[in-house]
Amino acid sequence: MSLENERRVISVIVMNESSVLARVTSLFAARGYNISSLTVAPIPNSDMSHITIETQGSPRVMEQITKQLHKLIPVYKVIEHEEMVEKEMVLVKFPIAENLSDIAALCSAYNGGIVNVGTEMVIAMVADEPCRIRHFIEATERYNPIEVVRGGVVAIER
Amino acid sequence: MQMSGAQMVCEAIIAEGTKTVFGYPGGAIMHVYDEIYKQNGFEHILTRHEQAAVHAADGYARATGEVGVAMVTSGPGFTNAVTGLATAYMDSIPMVVISGQVPLSLIGTDGFQEIDAVGISRPCTKHNFLVRTLEELPRILKEAFYLARTGRPGPVLVDIPKDITVDIGEFVYPTEVNIPTYKPTYKGNRRQIEKAAEAIKKSKKPLLYVGGGAVLSDAYLLVRELVEKTQIPVVETLMARGVMGAGNPLLLGMLGMHGNYASNMAMSETDLVISLGARFDDRVTGKLSEFAKYADIIHVDIDPANIAKLVDVDYPIVGDITQVLEDLIPLLEDVNTDRYQAWREILRRYDELHPQSFVDSDKEIKPQWVIERIGELVGEQAIITSDVGQHQMWAAQHYPFDRPRQWINSGGLGTMGFGFPAAIGAKVACPEKTVINITGDGSILMNMQELVTAAEYKTPVINVILNNQFLGMVRQWQSFFYEKRFSETDLTFQPNFKKLAEACGGIGYDVTTKEEFDAALKDAIEKDQVCFMNVAISRFENVLPMVPAGGALFNMMLPQKSENDKGEK
Ligand SMILES: Cc1ncc(C[n+]2csc(CCOP(=O)(O)OP(=O)(O)O)c2C)c(N)n1
Ligand SMILES: [Mg+2]
Repeated sequence: MSLENERRVISVIVMNESSVLARVTSLFAARGYNISSLTVAPIPNSDMSHITIETQGSPRVMEQITKQLHKLIPVYKVIEHEEMVEKEMVLVKFPIAENLSDIAALCSAYNGGIVNVGTEMVIAMVADEPCRIRHFIEATERYNPIEVVRGGVVAIER
Repeated sequence: MQMSGAQMVCEAIIAEGTKTVFGYPGGAIMHVYDEIYKQNGFEHILTRHEQAAVHAADGYARATGEVGVAMVTSGPGFTNAVTGLATAYMDSIPMVVISGQVPLSLIGTDGFQEIDAVGISRPCTKHNFLVRTLEELPRILKEAFYLARTGRPGPVLVDIPKDITVDIGEFVYPTEVNIPTYKPTYKGNRRQIEKAAEAIKKSKKPLLYVGGGAVLSDAYLLVRELVEKTQIPVVETLMARGVMGAGNPLLLGMLGMHGNYASNMAMSETDLVISLGARFDDRVTGKLSEFAKYADIIHVDIDPANIAKLVDVDYPIVGDITQVLEDLIPLLEDVNTDRYQAWREILRRYDELHPQSFVDSDKEIKPQWVIERIGELVGEQAIITSDVGQHQMWAAQHYPFDRPRQWINSGGLGTMGFGFPAAIGAKVACPEKTVINITGDGSILMNMQELVTAAEYKTPVINVILNNQFLGMVRQWQSFFYEKRFSETDLTFQPNFKKLAEACGGIGYDVTTKEEFDAALKDAIEKDQVCFMNVAISRFENVLPMVPAGGALFNMMLPQKSENDKGEK
């Protein structure tokens, strides 16, 4: 079955305390689990943070990841997303010489737009589903992007 | 009450009921040592190496079930303690280690004796703390003890910057702990337990697979009751020796790489494994795809991450073994024990076919004879610790353990050098017991400086060195799997163990005959002083049966029936 290396998104709700992120990431490193992307931010009006991890593994590995994360003392909750809305953000820098209206049209097709224009370059921002972000990055290639910065996945269960 | 951070540390240790702390001072922890000097709520034992301090606290914890406490300074003091933390972590031993750290202002500057203690110990502690303010110190100390002893136990490190031990603040030791993210499950799910009971009643060849969790949970009386009621045969892991008690007719023995024939065959043929606090370690299972191939599995463990980690489990039960058995046993009142009669008979025949045995000799001392002889002479009265190697396996195979906590060894990490300091800790905790460390000529040297500690504090540990002039276990693998190329395992260059013991304030014995052994052991027990008993044993003795690493449990190398077939010259 193609389940062997399924992509999964996990949310980890943790207490805001020093080295909690190190605990989470060193667990992945020590046990040989994969991290494709990782985002962290505090949860408003609470003393917790929300970590979103994009990873892959067989169902047994996924089960272990969830359980091992749960075992960490400052971890409050682990959500293995099933039915989720997921989004990722990307910033792309283009030379000013490129066709700006083409770039603007491309960005708006992906729910984004140009967010900054300087003398040398323009910066575009797009936020969309991770697979759409990949397509967007592919599509930008013909406009000679100077730099691409992806934000990593965030997800929320429906 | 107003006091310094250092005083708070001492007050917390006293409040937790710890009677003995093992440790070693140094710059960053000196304020705490100054307070130790002034108080008399607990005793401090100065080991001669930080690793030994942590192993001693570990031995204390294993012998009693209480939290062991060790104290070390920053930098090298802490790094020396890491092996001790890892050893305790792998065997889930409740322990609190307090380490000094450089002052807060120096953290991150590569200060003198600064090392990232929480970073290094993260993978080998249940949890760790770097204290950042004096205000949080009482709470952290309370949580450290609480975390160490609850749920799946384990070592907890509290790293305290020096300035925090100096600062003065208000001390109120919390009476309760509330960690919203930490709620261990003790009570097993009722429906799952009912299903497990039905499975037991339906099975024909059930097998109880008991691990170290049964010791940690102090569940042995319930395990014995379960066996008595159901007449189901039992195998023990290395960590569970003593749970059933030697001589129990339903105890098949130890299973795994050096398990006996009947135990390993039972695991290979059972139709229902009832796992109580065991974790399917590779040294137990051998080749996983062949392990308990025909069985459904009931897995009881307090740590959900242990369940279905390596094998698929049909009846997962997360909970404390004691509580789960309290719920399970009444459901088995009407079990028909005759159902398993044919199975017990098969296993009895297996055991007759290849009993746990060895060929004794009149010319030289066999290590197995030594173990059995200690069992005859001190038996139930002893606590046995061990190091790592052949001697450890012979002890596990041949000693007649009567109760849990009588057998103390480093199973998970396999730490040579563990046995002697752990024995000191056990002796401190249980002074009325005879504490014997069964060790090897390799292992004993890894913490031999503790002779001085044991002599000073009058902890008369008897070290029985099964001296084969080899790193024997490695030599055995070289014999079997490396065409007898004995690369760096020959220990014929030896210290004078007798003089070594004497030089440190202990007694030494050189033993070359069985009579000398009996006399030496009798003398050692009478003299009540730390000793090295250097026992010359047959050099090329192997630990058998043996399942080669990664092989199926039923493919065992078995002992030869006659003495002249040792395959070595
Ligand atoms: C600290 C450490 N280093 C290395 C090993 C690998 N090792 C396992 S058993 C063994 C040999 C032990 O020799 P000895 O103490 O004489 O025991 P014997 O096997 O001869 O009974 C070695 C080197 C270990 N387990 N621990
Ligand atoms: Mg040896």
